[in-house]
Amino acid sequence: MSNIYDVIIIGAGSVGIPIAMELAYSNKKILVLDREASPGQGSNKSAIGGIRATHTDPGKIFLSQESLEIFSTWQQKNGDDIEWYRGGYTFLAYTEAIKQTLLATLDIQKKSGARIDWLEADSLRERIPCLNDQQLLGGTWSPDDGSASPLRASLAFYRKACEAGAIFHFHEPVIAIEHKGGHVTGVVTEKTRYHCNYLVNCAGAWSNQIASLTNSELPVRPNAHEAGVTEPIAHFIDPMIVDMRGFADTANFYFYQHKTGQIIFCTTPSDDVWGYDTHETSTFLPVAAQRLLSILPSLDSVKVRRTWRGLYPMTPDGLPLIGWDRQVEGLFIAAGMCGQGFMLGPGVGRLVSRILDGKTTPTDQFILDSHSPYRDFSTTETLK
Amino acid sequence: MSAAITLGSCGIQTLLVDDKPHLGGKLVLQTHRFFGSAEDVHAGMRGIEIANLMEKEIRQYPSVNVWNAARAVGVFSDHAAGIIDQQNLYHLVKPKMLLIATGARENTLIFPGNALPGVYGAGAFQTLINRDLVKPANSVFIVGGGNVGLITGYHALQAGIRVVSLIEAAPQCGGYKVHEQKLARLGVPILTSHTIISANGSDHVESITYARCSDDFTPIVGTEQTVPCDAILVAVGLTPVNEFVKKAREFGIQCFSAGDAAEIAEASAAIISGRIEANKILQCMGRDPIDDLMRLELLAEKLKSRPGKTVNIHNIPVEYPVIQPIIHCNQEIPCNPCSISCPLHNIVIPEGNILSIPQYDPKNKVCINCERCLTICPGLAITILDPNHEKGYAIVSIPFEMNLDEINQSTIVVDECGTPLMEAEVISKKAPLRHDHTATIKVKVPPEIADKVAGIQVQQQATRKDIIPEAGALPNETIICRCERVSAGEIRSLIKRGIRDINEIKAITRAGMGACGSKTCHNLILRLFREEGIPPSSIQPNTDRPLFYEIELGILAATGKSKGSTTHE
Repeated sequence: MSNIYDVIIIGAGSVGIPIAMELAYSNKKILVLDREASPGQGSNKSAIGGIRATHTDPGKIFLSQESLEIFSTWQQKNGDDIEWYRGGYTFLAYTEAIKQTLLATLDIQKKSGARIDWLEADSLRERIPCLNDQQLLGGTWSPDDGSASPLRASLAFYRKACEAGAIFHFHEPVIAIEHKGGHVTGVVTEKTRYHCNYLVNCAGAWSNQIASLTNSELPVRPNAHEAGVTEPIAHFIDPMIVDMRGFADTANFYFYQHKTGQIIFCTTPSDDVWGYDTHETSTFLPVAAQRLLSILPSLDSVKVRRTWRGLYPMTPDGLPLIGWDRQVEGLFIAAGMCGQGFMLGPGVGRLVSRILDGKTTPTDQFILDSHSPYRDFSTTETLK
Repeated sequence: MSAAITLGSCGIQTLLVDDKPHLGGKLVLQTHRFFGSAEDVHAGMRGIEIANLMEKEIRQYPSVNVWNAARAVGVFSDHAAGIIDQQNLYHLVKPKMLLIATGARENTLIFPGNALPGVYGAGAFQTLINRDLVKPANSVFIVGGGNVGLITGYHALQAGIRVVSLIEAAPQCGGYKVHEQKLARLGVPILTSHTIISANGSDHVESITYARCSDDFTPIVGTEQTVPCDAILVAVGLTPVNEFVKKAREFGIQCFSAGDAAEIAEASAAIISGRIEANKILQCMGRDPIDDLMRLELLAEKLKSRPGKTVNIHNIPVEYPVIQPIIHCNQEIPCNPCSISCPLHNIVIPEGNILSIPQYDPKNKVCINCERCLTICPGLAITILDPNHEKGYAIVSIPFEMNLDEINQSTIVVDECGTPLMEAEVISKKAPLRHDHTATIKVKVPPEIADKVAGIQVQQQATRKDIIPEAGALPNETIICRCERVSAGEIRSLIKRGIRDINEIKAITRAGMGACGSKTCHNLILRLFREEGIPPSSIQPNTDRPLFYEIELGILAATGKSKGSTTHE
C-alpha cells in the first residue's frame, strides 16, 4: 500500500522541510503535504534570512546553535550554495535604556554558550564602515551569527529530503485528521486519504487551522511584518544590524547585506498587525528608509527594488510550540516560531528526529519543557 | 491624455502622471501620419502633432494637474499610489479613482544571441531615432511584420539607415497592407514565412541567420541564410503594461484601464478608449457621461479591427483621360483622411463605413489636382495622374517623405508592391507645404503604366552575399532573464524536472528577481513552458510585488517633506 507512511508532515516550509530531511535521513517513510504550489511558498519566502543563536531564551539558543551548525557547514558538506554568510549580529544602543536592556541579556546568552560581547561605539564603527555613531553608546556583537537565503536553503533541504526518499505533495491541503483509539491514523486531503503513525503540524501561521481538525486550539496568531530589498551593491556590511529605537509606528528595525549584495530590511510594527493580510502598504518603505539612513546615511543613493509583507506566527510569550499533542497521540506540534522558523527549523528538524528515535538528550528535554505547547505563557522574550 | 481631456472638460480634479518629459507617450515617436478617423482621432496628422495638440488641450483645463518626468512606482493595499515627481520627491497619493493608461511593452523572442548589443525592440529603436535623434546603426534587419515592425522600417529609412530585410514568420504580414507596401516600394525585401535563427557576432550584432519556416513556425533545415547587419529589430507584438492594474484590482482600488494597458490595439483606438473610460469614471462619480458611449464603443471596435480583406479595385484612367487621384489602397482598414481632405468631397468612403476602401469615380467627378489627398494619406497610397500634360507622356505625382536631395534627375518608379517599372524622368520635386514634411515628386512616364506607378525606390536591392556566421551561442545558452543572466537551458531543465511554479524557478535561478521585476522574462518563461508542451492551467504564475521601478532610499526617506498638498479625484 503506497499511502502508508511512518510520518506525515503538514507544511513544506521553513520547519517542515528540515524535519522531513532529518526524518528521511533516518530511513523513515515520509510524506509532506502542502497546499501551495512548491516548497517554501507560505512564510519561508518572506523571511529575510537572519540566523542567530543570540536569543534570551536558552531553549531557543540551543535550537539555533544546532541550526547554525547545519547552515554554516551546508555548502562544505553538500556542495550547494545556500548563500550562508557569517557576518554576525549587532544590536545597537543609541539610548541608555536600550544599552541596559542589552547588557542584561548578555549573561544568559553567554551562559548558554553563545559567543557575544559588548562593543563600544568606536569599535563598532571600525567593524561597520559609515555607521552613524552620533549618540551611539555601543552594542552587542555576536560573531557566530549570520545569514543565508531562505529560498535557497529550503530548496537545498528539500532536494536532500527528496534524495533521501521523502515524498512531497503540493497543491494538497489537509482537510481532516483521522485518529482511532486516541492515536493518529492518517489524514484526508482534497485528493485522497493517507495513513501514518505520526503526524507533525508545522503549518506555521496556519497551524491553528490544522489543530482545529482535532478540535483543539493552538495559541498561534499571525502578525504581519513588512520587508524590502535593495539592488545589490559591493559588500561592505558584515552583520545584521538591529536598532531597537521605536519610530513612527515601528518598534525594531533590522537589516543586513545579503551575501549576493542586496540590503534586506524589515521592521517590527509597534502595534501588532494581526491577520493574514500580506498586501504591501505604502507607509512601510518611507519609514524603513528613514530608519536605515539614520544608521547608515551613506546608503541614500542605493535603490530599493521590492517590498513584501509576511506573517510571524506569534505565540503569547514569543517562544515556539514544540511537543506532543495531549489529546491525540502521535500528533507532534512544531509551530508558532514567531518569525524565526527559518533560523530554528533545522535545529527543530534534528530535535524531532531524535525524539522519534528515542534518543533525546537532557538539552532536548530542556527545550521541550520550555517550549511545551501546554506551558504557562506568562513570560516574554526580550529580543523577540 | 484623452481621458484627462474629458475629465478636465468636466472640471474633475485630475492628476496626470507620466514618466517622460513630454506628454504623448508613443505618439511622440510616431512621425508618420495616423490612420483612423479624421473627425475623432485626428487621423491624417502625425502622431507627434497629435500629442502636441492634445497636450495643449489638457493645459487649458485648470482642474488637470500634469506631472511629467514623474514616475509612478507602485500601488499599495492602503490605496495609495507611490509617485516620484520631477523634483525627485516621493508622494503617496490616494485618489478616489485610478486610470491606468501605461501602454504596452514589447515582446521578445528566444534565439541564440538575443542579448547581444544591437538586438533592439523595434519600439526602443524608434525611440532612439525619432525622439533622441540618435542613429544607432547603419543597417538593420527587422523581425516581425506587424505595424510596429513595418513602421519602424519606414522610420529607419527616414533616418538614413539601410533596412536589409524584414521577415515575418506567418505567411502574411500582420500589419496594414499600405504600411507593408510603403516599405516594399522604398526597396525593402519583405520575406514572409521566415523566422530568425540567431543573432551572430562576438560582442555586438554582426549578422543575422534566418530561415524559411513552416506554418507552425518551425524553421526548415537547409534554408538558413546569413546576412550582415548591425542591428536586429524585434517587433513581435506587445504585452499590456498591466502590473498597476493587476495590483490595484488585487488591493480593491477603484481602477480603470485604457489603451494598450487594457487591450493591445492601434493608437487611434486607444484615444477613444481613454475617452470611454473617462466617461465611465464620470458615471462612477454620479455624473452624466458627456459623450455618447454607445457611439464611442462602436467606433472603438471599428478602430481596433484587424485589417480586413484585400481587394483589387482600380480606377480606369485609360478610358477617362482626365486628371484624377489613383488610390493604391486595397485593404479594408479603419481610415478616412483622404475623403475628409478632398475639398470637392469627391473621394468617397462607401456606405459611410470607415473600414471600406475609398473610391474616386473619374466618370462623374472632377479633380483639381490640389494634392491634399496625396499628402494626407497615411499609407502614401494615393498618386495623382495627369494624362494630358505632355503628348505621349503622363505625369504622376508621388508623395515622398525621404530625403529629397537624394532624388536626382531620374529615379526608379515602382508599382504598388514595389516591383520596379522603369527609370523615369523627375520633372519636379516639390518641397512640403506649411511644414508638412510630405513632399511631392512628379515623374514622366508612358501612359500605359501611369496608373501603376505608386512609388519611388530609394534603396536598391543589394546583391545578396551570404556569409558564414562565426560560431555563436547555443540555443540553451540563450538568455531568458537579462537582469540576472539566466539561460534558457537552466529554465528548461527545471521544467523538464517537473517544476511548474514560476516562483520556484525564480527561487532556484533568480530569474525575475532583478531590477526589472520579470517584465521581460515572464513571457519568455511561459513560452519555454509552451515549448515543453505544458498546459498553462498547470503553471503557477509568479507573485508580483511593488515596486515596479527601483527608488533610491534617500527619495523614500524624504517622503512627505515637500510643501503643499493637492487633492485629486
